[in-house]
Amino acid sequence: MSKSAITPEAAAALVFDGASVMIGGFLGVGSPDRLIDALVSRGARGLTIIGNDTAYPTVGVGKLIEAGCVARVEASHIGTNATTQRLMSVGAIDVELVPQGTLAERIRAGGSGLGGVLTPTGVGTIVAQGKQVVEIDGASFLIEKPLRADFALLRAHEADYCGNLTYRLTAANFNPIMAFAADCVIAEPDEIVPVGVIPPDAVRTPGVLVTHLIARAHC
Amino acid sequence: MDAKEIIARRVALELRDGMLVNLGIGLPTLVARFVPKGVSVAFQSENGLIGFSAPPPEGMENSDLIDAGGGWIAALPGAASFDSVTSFALIRGGHVDLAVLGGLQVDAAGRLASWMIPGKFTPGMGGAMDLVAGAKRVIVAMQHAAKNESKIVETLTLPPTAARRVSLIVTELAVIEPTNEGLVLRERAPGVGMSDIFDNTGARLIVPENTPEMPLSSD
Repeated sequence: MSKSAITPEAAAALVFDGASVMIGGFLGVGSPDRLIDALVSRGARGLTIIGNDTAYPTVGVGKLIEAGCVARVEASHIGTNATTQRLMSVGAIDVELVPQGTLAERIRAGGSGLGGVLTPTGVGTIVAQGKQVVEIDGASFLIEKPLRADFALLRAHEADYCGNLTYRLTAANFNPIMAFAADCVIAEPDEIVPVGVIPPDAVRTPGVLVTHLIARAHC
Repeated sequence: MDAKEIIARRVALELRDGMLVNLGIGLPTLVARFVPKGVSVAFQSENGLIGFSAPPPEGMENSDLIDAGGGWIAALPGAASFDSVTSFALIRGGHVDLAVLGGLQVDAAGRLASWMIPGKFTPGMGGAMDLVAGAKRVIVAMQHAAKNESKIVETLTLPPTAARRVSLIVTELAVIEPTNEGLVLRERAPGVGMSDIFDNTGARLIVPENTPEMPLSSD
């Protein structure tokens, strides 16, 4: 059950150009900063990034946008990153805006074997364009499709040697959901602790979902 | 008292003891400063927390603890943190008693536009579409006009945030309630005459016999 701990550079080498990549975080809080820096250093290209937002130009996912690593973004909000908005307006990045709760549920569906979700969010708006509307007991819902990716890059608080993860405060956000929805899941914890230090009830992401842990930063 | 403070102090009077409240980014966040004495509400931040307070002392911020606008917050005793699926289950599932959102336009049908100006400004909807779809009550807190153009219009010219009719509109000039019959003028701001309201409103207003002066939270 024990996981290998790999360097951010080794992890960035796994994430091939053109890959779809879910990245946890909300305005940079709860984003895997060392993994992001390694992808920038590697000069990754053509990535599709799925995440809540593109943070700020010098923070979190914003660094990938700024470095030209990204071809496409699926996010709920890009208002804090003028670079994303500028690249979108000149057609250099393809952006699909998804309501935040819908994004969370589409990822959950993708990771839980569901064929999609029915949500009232977006009915009667641009978001409904091209989507099927169904009536359930007199109320209208959109059919929203599941979302999966080649990679999920997570930030966790603690990981044990089995890959069990915990999160802190508002740094959890999309991380525990994305852990289910990618072929390869790479988690960057604040610290790695021996098995047994995280009690079973405190585990928020079971280690079986995690492919690799990022090794501690060497001083 | 400036326009924003008038709006925030009036919206604060809509808070009731025990409510779970979500305040949107920008003007709505001011409402938290004017909670009337004796009223206790819990604020939700959609990035994953119920129960937060003003920013912590400088230098004592926690890097895992922000609000949905990216500002530092402190968690109160009794606070609960959760992931994005849980956060939007709270929002969509009708567990949020009141959402206060900013707006670009509201029309005679009570529909809100708040998330994009085509060709000019596309920050994204973030959690706004889910909040309007799911919160028990939705109050739009916005300035009555922008650049000499009324934000209260007969029919939206901007993309709607949801099909739903919002519960109340609070501006620095008036309190307006969207109803089946149209927009009803409920209150006028202190010192504001009827003609000020009519001159700045782009939709037909239904005017009851009595339009009292707007009360403001003095706390």
